[in-house]
Order: sequence, then C-alpha cells, then structure tokens
Amino acid sequence: MMLRLCLGSLMARALTVAMTIVAIALSVALFLGVEKVRTGAKASFADTISGTDLIVGARSGSVQLLLYSVFRIGNATNNLTWASYQDIAARPEVDWIVPISLGDSHRQFRVMGTSTAFFERYKYRAGQSLAVEKGAIMDDLFDTVIGADVAATLSYAVGDPIVVAHGLASFVEHEDQPFRVSGILEKTGTPVDRTVIVSLEAIEAIHVDWQSGAKIPGQSTPADVIRQMELEPIAVTAALVGVKSRLQVFGLQRAINEYPQEPLLAILPGVALQELWQIVGIAETALIAVSAMVVVTALIGMMATIFSSLNERRREMAIFRAMGARPRVILSLLVLEAALMAALGAVIGLALLYAGLFVAQPLVDATFGLWLPIEPPSLREFWVLLGVVAAGAIVSLVPAFRAYRMSLADGMMVRI
Amino acid sequence: MHPFLICATCSEPSAIMCAASPILSLQHVHYHWQGRASFALDIPEFAVDPSESVLLLGESGSGKSTLLSLICGTITARSGSVVVAGTDIVSLSAGKRDRFRAEQIGLIFQQFNLLPYASVLDNILLPLRFAPLRRARVPSPRDTARMLCLNLGLPEDAITAQAGTLSVGQQQRVAAARALIGAPPLIIADEPTSALDAATQTTFLDLLFAQTRACGSTLLMVSHDARLAEHFDRVVQLSDVTLPQQTAA
Ligand SMILES: Nc1ncnc2c1ncn2[C@@H]1O[C@H](COP(=O)(O)OP(=O)(O)OP(=O)(O)O)[C@@H](O)[C@H]1O
Ligand SMILES: [Mg+2]
Repeated sequence: MMLRLCLGSLMARALTVAMTIVAIALSVALFLGVEKVRTGAKASFADTISGTDLIVGARSGSVQLLLYSVFRIGNATNNLTWASYQDIAARPEVDWIVPISLGDSHRQFRVMGTSTAFFERYKYRAGQSLAVEKGAIMDDLFDTVIGADVAATLSYAVGDPIVVAHGLASFVEHEDQPFRVSGILEKTGTPVDRTVIVSLEAIEAIHVDWQSGAKIPGQSTPADVIRQMELEPIAVTAALVGVKSRLQVFGLQRAINEYPQEPLLAILPGVALQELWQIVGIAETALIAVSAMVVVTALIGMMATIFSSLNERRREMAIFRAMGARPRVILSLLVLEAALMAALGAVIGLALLYAGLFVAQPLVDATFGLWLPIEPPSLREFWVLLGVVAAGAIVSLVPAFRAYRMSLADGMMVRI
Repeated sequence: MHPFLICATCSEPSAIMCAASPILSLQHVHYHWQGRASFALDIPEFAVDPSESVLLLGESGSGKSTLLSLICGTITARSGSVVVAGTDIVSLSAGKRDRFRAEQIGLIFQQFNLLPYASVLDNILLPLRFAPLRRARVPSPRDTARMLCLNLGLPEDAITAQAGTLSVGQQQRVAAARALIGAPPLIIADEPTSALDAATQTTFLDLLFAQTRACGSTLLMVSHDARLAEHFDRVVQLSDVTLPQQTAA
C-alpha cells in the first residue's frame, strides 16, 4: 500500500516528476553511451591485430610503432633497411614475416606496400583472415587490392584505374604509373578497410623517377621498362613477424632490440596496446568523470524538486502522522519516492541507450569504423543502474531529513 | 431507528476493556509552545468516560487543537499525566506514542483530511497500516471500509474514486470512516463540521454518532460552535477545565 501511495503522490505531480525522470534518463543514457563507445573503441582496437607475435620497425616508441604500423596513425620517423629485414627473416625462430611499406596515399586513403603473404598472415578479431569480396589478390605489378571503405567511398569497382600520390595529402601524383583495382576486400572493421594495398615492388616502381622526395625533372620511365627493372626495396616501414614457438618471442624480441647494425625495435602488439591504454587512460577517466557528473547533476536536480515539493506536502505528512506514522515513515516515503524516480530514469535511460544504438550503430560504423555491439546489458551496466538508484536514494536523504524534522515539529497540525 | 445500527467495523459490541475507568483522563497537565510566552494550557483535571460523547467548546485560539495534540501524543505535556485507555502516554517513547495513537485513536480534522491523490479505500485503510492490533480486529478491511462508506451515506462508487475528487462533505465522511475503521476506543474530531453547511452538518453528525455508538467508541469533539451542543451527552467549556492564564505583561 505504501508503494501505491507513493506512486499516487508521484502521479499527482506528474509534470515535475516526469521532467526529473527525463533528466535522469538522459544522463544515464549518456553515461552508458560513453561507456559503450569507450569499451567498443577498446575492443575494436584490440581486435585490429591478432596472430602477430612481433612488430618490428625502426627504433622509436613502442606505442608509436604500433600506431603507425597497424592503425595508420602518425608516421614512421625512420625505416627498417631491407638488409636488416632480410637478416630478421633469416633467423631460425621466424616462422613468417610480412613487410609493410607506408608513405604514399590515394586520395584520403593510405597506400600500403606489402607481400601477398599479408593476406594470409594478417589476422583480426580473434584470428579471422582477410577475405576478398570481389576480384582477386594482386597479380600484376600495377595491381591493387582496396579495402571496403575505400571502394565504398570512392565507388571503385574491380578493374578501375587509380593513381597514387607520393607522400600524404600531397598533390604530386604518380601519374605515370596508373594502377588497376584487382580486388576489393570484405569489410573488417579495421584500418585495412581504409587502405589501398599494393605489392612492395609497386612502391618501388612508383618511385623510379623520384629522388629524395622530388620528381627528377623531365624523366619519365615507361611502365614496360619499369617491369623489366630489378625492383628491390632499400627499406620498408615495418614488418609483422610470426615465430615458430611462442616461447621464442621474448628471445627474438631481445635479439632484434639489440641488433648491432641498426637501431631497431620489436614490440609485442598486446603489450604495446596496454601501454596505449595507459596513455589514453587519463582521457578515458576524464570522460567517465564528466558523464558521471551529468548523472550527479540530474540527481541533484531531483533533490531540488523534492525540496521544493516539501512545503506543499506538509498537509500530506501531517495526515500520515495523525494516522500514527512515525516521522521515520515520512523519511522512508521520500527516499522510496526518490528511488522510484531514479529507477524509472535508469530504466528509461537504458531504453534510450538501446534506441540510440539501433540508430547510431550503422552511422558510427560508417564514419569511424567503430562497431558498437548491441548486446543485453552487461553486469557492469547493471551495477551502474543500481548505483544510480542507490545514489538517488542517498541524495534524497537530505530533503527527507528535512521532512522528518518538519513533521516532528508540525505533528498533525499544519497551518497553510 | 437507524437501519445500520450495528457495528460495521467489528462483530463484538465494544473493544473497551473496563467500563468503570475513564477512557481519557488528564491530570495537572501543563503545556506551552516553545518560544511563545503568551499562551499556556493548564488543565488540573479533565476526564471522559467510555462511550460518552463530549463536546469541548472554546474560542478560537484558546488551545483546543493544542489539547487534542496532547491527547494524541504528537506533543507531550511539560508536566502532568495524559492517560488514554489506561496508558499514560506522557511516559511513552515517541515511537510508542505514534503506535499508540494509531491503535487507540481515530482522528477527524476540520478540513483536508485525506491524501487527495490516493483512492478513498486507501485513505480509509491507512491507519490500519500503522496499527497491527486494530488491523487484526478487522477480518476483511475492504468489506468493512465499503460497509462504513455505505453506513455514512457515501455513494456506492465513491470507494474507488480519488479522494481529491469528492466534495468537502463527502471527504469528511471518508475521514469519519477512516477514524472508525477497526473501532478504536477513542474518536477525536477537531471541528469536523465547520467546513459544512448547516444541513450537511446535522446529517454528518447524526451518521457519525450512529457509527461511533455502534462501535462502542467514545467521541470527543472540539468546536467553537455552541449550536452543536444538543447532539452530545455532555458539553464542556474549555475555560472551565483550564486554569486562567496569567498573561505576560
Ligand atoms: N505549532 C505551534 N507553534 C507555536 N505556537 C502554536 C503552535 N500551534 C498553536 N500555537 C499557539 O497555541 C495557541 C492555541 O492554538 P490552537 O490551535 O490550539 O487554538 P484553537 O483553539 O485550536 O483555535 P482554532 O479554533 O482557531 O482552531 C495559539 O496562540 C497558537 O498561536
Ligand atoms: Mg484548532
């Protein structure tokens, strides 16, 4: 019956109560949404590379190496010479090695030179392999395989010619060597979707007429001449390495890090990711803190509405007292009321989150390559919701105590 | 005779233990409001016998409501004793006094008696929520509430209505039903008819008397309206039971 009375009292003040609940719902949806994006981003980062034991590049920061080699974020300051690459490839522990050569772009997309082994060795999302959706893996020197986003954004089909620009966001294009789209990859949700993949030799071929980043004036080697040339790279940007036995990973890593001929760096992707989390951890915490503050603000708003309702409800409290309710009952009624509002807000917030996810999921995926899974609420989210209800109840103790004191003083007599 | 002169709230004729001792007895009670020197209530002796109906008359501001609060135990006498149904409530703890009030006293106010957002039924059943013994005396609260409403002349469908939607007179009847349910030994009414017109007043009082008598309860009503006197067994002027106030200069 008390619950029914409490609900009745809330209904009687439907408008302010509804507004309070909406505020709580929005704040809860925001908080959970931020959490979803955060964990989604983390998961999608973690899903980007799997099956690779070591990433090797020129010596720099491990996070930096991870970012430019796998996520195409930032640039390499130095390269890994082809001689060193071959040295590493020849080591007995090495099962496979895939070179990565970055630095050119096509429109807004990065061009990556690699070997065909990349298609077998690169794994994402717990060991999933790349798959060609249309066409085939490159066969010819001037063949390219493009990621799903590249094809979608630029509406390329298999067989279309494309031109590669030197450097990033550069207007100097390698017009002389037009490439051809030989295959389009299936969507992966990784940076591969936004990459134009060519062979390592092709990268060399583009740069035949170039020296130190500038085109040699008047020189233009025809494509068929280039085909005859020995296109061995001088350097690559990085290499993905798989070892024969996982026990050898650390030994190989140490050997590469102590490589005498050249300062090199070998990283374990998982460890580097952990380092990355530590760096973004502060921003993450700030983000959580801000969205938690929004929830707190909504709850304080609720507290204010309860406060302002107290005066007009003195009569109601006096009736309860006259019927033999202890002041404690008044207190618990108000706390119950607040908990109900918070609970309703939390549930509506959760519903809003799912509605928002349904709408935003394809958009976020298309724009940021971030797949936000729609799953039943996790245990963590459940605790968050419970926390909101508990916080609502705690916050309401302030006006509830005031009501307690008021009803003690008023007794069953109220002058209005 | 009145068609419904059986107790609607319990099958037994009365819930009072001993007919000889007074249901209410005040001795040497002194009370003054904190920080209000101009008003003090001093009652050397005042008693009400079981099943009696007493009208306490007094001017506005003479302390009638204060006296009722003392009897109900929402305020406590600074000195003296207030014995209700054999228990001195001055000596009880605050929590016990609240429980005691719920068990022993049915209350009707002048106005705004009900929770406007709750149904009439919930309003009537509210005191039982805080009074387990009184609740135990009512085998079927819903039926009893319905019966009381009927006996007090409320329309059949009123019981499910929201209390706030009823007329003032109907609300007073609901308040009476709420005071009567579970047959508490003492019914206290603070000017319950002052918001009603003369004709409604009389009907209301007749119904209230009939039901109070049927339950064997005692009725103590305060008012400033001497015209109500004819309905009561005994009429007491508040000024007769209180000591004259020494007004501060
Ligand atoms: N909560 C309170 N705090 C301080 N003084 C109070 C309080 N309640 C009543 N009083 C004072 O006690 C005195 C008696 O008030 P009370 O309400 O008992 O009179 P009353 O006889 O019921 O009057 P009325 O017929 O108008 O209802 C008044 O002087 C009033 O100002
Ligand atoms: Mg009064």
